[in-house]
Amino acid sequence: MALDHKSQPAASHGHHSPRLYIIGYISSIVLTAIAFGLALSHTMHFGPLLVVLMILAGLQIIVQLFFFMHVTESDGPPYHSIALVLGLFFTFAVAIMSVWIMSFGSQVS
Amino acid sequence: MAIAAHDANLHGAIAGKPIEYQDPHQAVKILGFWLFLATDMLLFGCLFATYLVLRTHTDGGPTASQLFDVPGFAAETIILLTSSFTGGLATLSMRNGNKKGVMAWIIVTILLGLAFVGLEVNEFITYASHGATMQRSAFLSSFFTLVGTHGSHVTLGIIWMFSILMQVKKRGITPETARKIFIVNLYWHFLDVVWVFIFTIVYLSGVVM
Repeated sequence: MALDHKSQPAASHGHHSPRLYIIGYISSIVLTAIAFGLALSHTMHFGPLLVVLMILAGLQIIVQLFFFMHVTESDGPPYHSIALVLGLFFTFAVAIMSVWIMSFGSQVS
Repeated sequence: MAIAAHDANLHGAIAGKPIEYQDPHQAVKILGFWLFLATDMLLFGCLFATYLVLRTHTDGGPTASQLFDVPGFAAETIILLTSSFTGGLATLSMRNGNKKGVMAWIIVTILLGLAFVGLEVNEFITYASHGATMQRSAFLSSFFTLVGTHGSHVTLGIIWMFSILMQVKKRGITPETARKIFIVNLYWHFLDVVWVFIFTIVYLSGVVM
């Protein structure tokens, strides 16, 4: 762990441990392994399986945000979290409502 | 006493905030980048919506379950998840003021990113050689657009990381390069999340369907 003395003193200060990153990495690998295991073992019906897979993917968002992306940190009020929540809401709204509205087309034809 | 007071002062100013947030000009750029990620999410939301609507429209051509190869996308997944972790370790080294650590982890992340893009290009070429081109069906158009957009994001991320590697090599860890290391990794972790949804919605669901 050689500190770089040419950089600013502020940079060569304090020690953060890799613990959170290791927990995050193990969690993401475990969640992925569960998703692959459930999907490839063909033990569940397609509908419930898709729900479980989406929950696992949702948990992966949380792992990346909290263990890797430092989402809780900000300079001042957490405006970025508001943007992120809005972005996620619109993203899922567009995807889910598109599937919903287009399902009527397949019923007609 | 004077030294102790100075040291305590330095501690107070720095221990509270990580280096990339100490300069307000850098901190506001981090906020700006979060806003970009929120809009980039919408781009992928629209592409996912298109894929979900069109995935059964195969026009007699190859279907998802005929096309996707489990070991192939499993390898891509493991590589990208690991690169997200090594990118995180670059941020950690930056916060510890460890320039060599930052450079080493960025290089590892770039190599993993190149491996991912290489596998994906290989996958696309294999599909095309079996007649599953973008023009074949609506399913394949939406598939190549969604996965290709993610792949081009990763490619851009590799070029961006390489430019930051050069800047860190030249200037060391300053509040400015620290902010750049931080946001390029935000971008990289974001692409990892997008890939999680791609392997869930496109590949795993496609294989099971």
